[in-house]
Amino acid sequence: MSEATSQKIPVTVLTGYLGAGKTTLLNRILSENHGKKYAVIVNEFGEIGIDNDLIIGADEEVFEMNNGCICCTVRGDLVRIMDGLMKRKGKFDAIIVETTGLADPAPVAQTFFVDEDVQKNARLDAVVTVADAKWLSDRLKDAPEAKNQIAFADVIVLNKTDLVNKGELAEVEARIRGINPYAKLHRTERCSVALADVLDRGAFDLDRILDIEPDFLEADDHDHDHDHHQHHGHDHHHHDHGNGLKHYHDEEMQSLSLRTDKPLDPNVFMPWLQNLVQVEGGKILRSKGILAFHDDDDRYVFQGVHMMLEGNHQRKWKDGEPRESRLVFIGRELPEEAIRKGFESCIVS
Amino acid sequence: MKEFTPSPDSASIVSVTDRVKPVTLGMAVTSVHFLGPRAAFVGGEENVAFVDANGEITTVAVHSGGILSTAFDGKRLVMGGDDGKVVSLDAKGEVTLLATDPKRRWIDAVALHADGAFAWSAGKTATVKSGKAEEKSIEVPSTVGGLAFAPKGLRLAIAHYNGVTLWFPNMEGSAEFLPWAGSHHAVTFSPDNKFLVTAMHEPALHGWRLADNRHMRMTGYPGRVRSLSWSVGGKGLATSGADTVIIWPFGSKDGPMGKEPAMLAPLQARVSVVACHPKNDILAAGYSDGTVLMVRLEDGAEILVRRNGTSPVAALAWNAKGTLLAFADENGDGGLLEL
Repeated sequence: MSEATSQKIPVTVLTGYLGAGKTTLLNRILSENHGKKYAVIVNEFGEIGIDNDLIIGADEEVFEMNNGCICCTVRGDLVRIMDGLMKRKGKFDAIIVETTGLADPAPVAQTFFVDEDVQKNARLDAVVTVADAKWLSDRLKDAPEAKNQIAFADVIVLNKTDLVNKGELAEVEARIRGINPYAKLHRTERCSVALADVLDRGAFDLDRILDIEPDFLEADDHDHDHDHHQHHGHDHHHHDHGNGLKHYHDEEMQSLSLRTDKPLDPNVFMPWLQNLVQVEGGKILRSKGILAFHDDDDRYVFQGVHMMLEGNHQRKWKDGEPRESRLVFIGRELPEEAIRKGFESCIVS
Repeated sequence: MKEFTPSPDSASIVSVTDRVKPVTLGMAVTSVHFLGPRAAFVGGEENVAFVDANGEITTVAVHSGGILSTAFDGKRLVMGGDDGKVVSLDAKGEVTLLATDPKRRWIDAVALHADGAFAWSAGKTATVKSGKAEEKSIEVPSTVGGLAFAPKGLRLAIAHYNGVTLWFPNMEGSAEFLPWAGSHHAVTFSPDNKFLVTAMHEPALHGWRLADNRHMRMTGYPGRVRSLSWSVGGKGLATSGADTVIIWPFGSKDGPMGKEPAMLAPLQARVSVVACHPKNDILAAGYSDGTVLMVRLEDGAEILVRRNGTSPVAALAWNAKGTLLAFADENGDGGLLEL
């Protein structure tokens, strides 16, 4: 982690559908003996049983930015609260932002990309989504917010696993993976997850976009060579892969991964990526990539939220390290063919 | 470079850095105001530090947490804190509790009226207390970004998302809404009561001519505008947010409409705070690299008050006579200059 990054206050965004167990996790974070002090921005006062003078009530005001970009929304209340909190710098080590069960995590995340003053003092650490093992499958069918929160997550705490049997658990996990195979998933009862697994993850730190492999190995033998559109005429189709694991494909929300071991032309790739997020940014929730450019000994890394991208040269490719480019998009109704074609056109022939 | 007091054989900028009495406050500072003969430096949390002409520091506790907002009328300093309290401080150093939010919400904004009335906001609610009259409150559609009293009459401007609400607290149903898309923070009336200007979340100001609510867009800043100061007589509005001091002309009935602003004192750093002199066409500007300059509005001539190389200048103020200038950076290193 760079020095400038490490001095910024880490911010964890805690999301999850109503009743999943966000407050349980929050109370654990605040009560556990870790020697750290958290400032907590909550949407509902009084739910937290811990005495802490740095609990701030928020109104979840989502503001559009006046830059002609409709998906570019920020949390106006967060801008103001961050301003105020910075006056008490040194009194806390990290910030946790709890969202309401129906909230879209994007405006929270975008606040940390767009606002210059917020960016100067704080860095987004990770989006942590608490999901209810018993009810998530149903919510993914009827609540678009729940799907958004899963798609957006860096860490998923799959809670209340004691309330489901093995088969139900496998099913809900498969549904989560059908949307977001990249988040770290932890199965818990009463949110009893190690705090190191949810805090200080560096999920938005360009220097730590080291591993954009799926979180589970089964995905590796799942090849996308069949045509989804012909075979999948209905929602939430599933099929077996010989290993007994179900793979769900969420027709609406999916992830798309691209890779090549041939070098990319930065003069083609950069405009392509910029244009892609400009045109399809409303659909693309998250994007990440590690890139090997032609005639460039440095790895280039980028990440994005909707239309907002940030990227940089990260470090030299190591000797013997395969110079491979990998990109991941998670989003709604992604134009897969067009993205694949566009990506291929960036390869130096 | 032009000279403030031209001396033909000097090639570099006139400097008065050796005449500054250094002040080390040992706390983060957000603003400064002259309360009587002493400079009152407002801390980021808990305290205000009085500094007298000899540089002696007396600290007064005002809040039990962060100090989020301040308003000053020349006689008293009113502050709102994250402890849910509104307090005032006078020249003697006496602290008076003016109001407490029942839910201990943050006091995001405060304002003072020339006749002694004051206003504060917590969340979407703005409240006015005038003399012995009961408190009066109004709820606006989103969280209040800034408050300001009009120079005439008991009228409050409340900045929020997508516009400003103008409200006469003593007149039922008098709220008037001035719409403009975007999030509005600080708000200020021109001293002649003809214009209303807000600093927006995006790097721009927005203004309304109050006679006909005509819009005035003031854009082009690289950063958010956090400091606004009216020049003597209200002829111009000096602003931070760019690498020069931007001064919008408000001398004519059209305000800055169709006019270019003056751009003075360019540096390789962003202007972080501005303070116009109360009597003369001079202003002081603090920069993100710690520089403090005095600038003559007429021709942009500059005098160096403080060199660069520190954290951003956060506080800057003249006394009422314009004979003393006080400043401090974010870390509480500052100074007093007697002119």
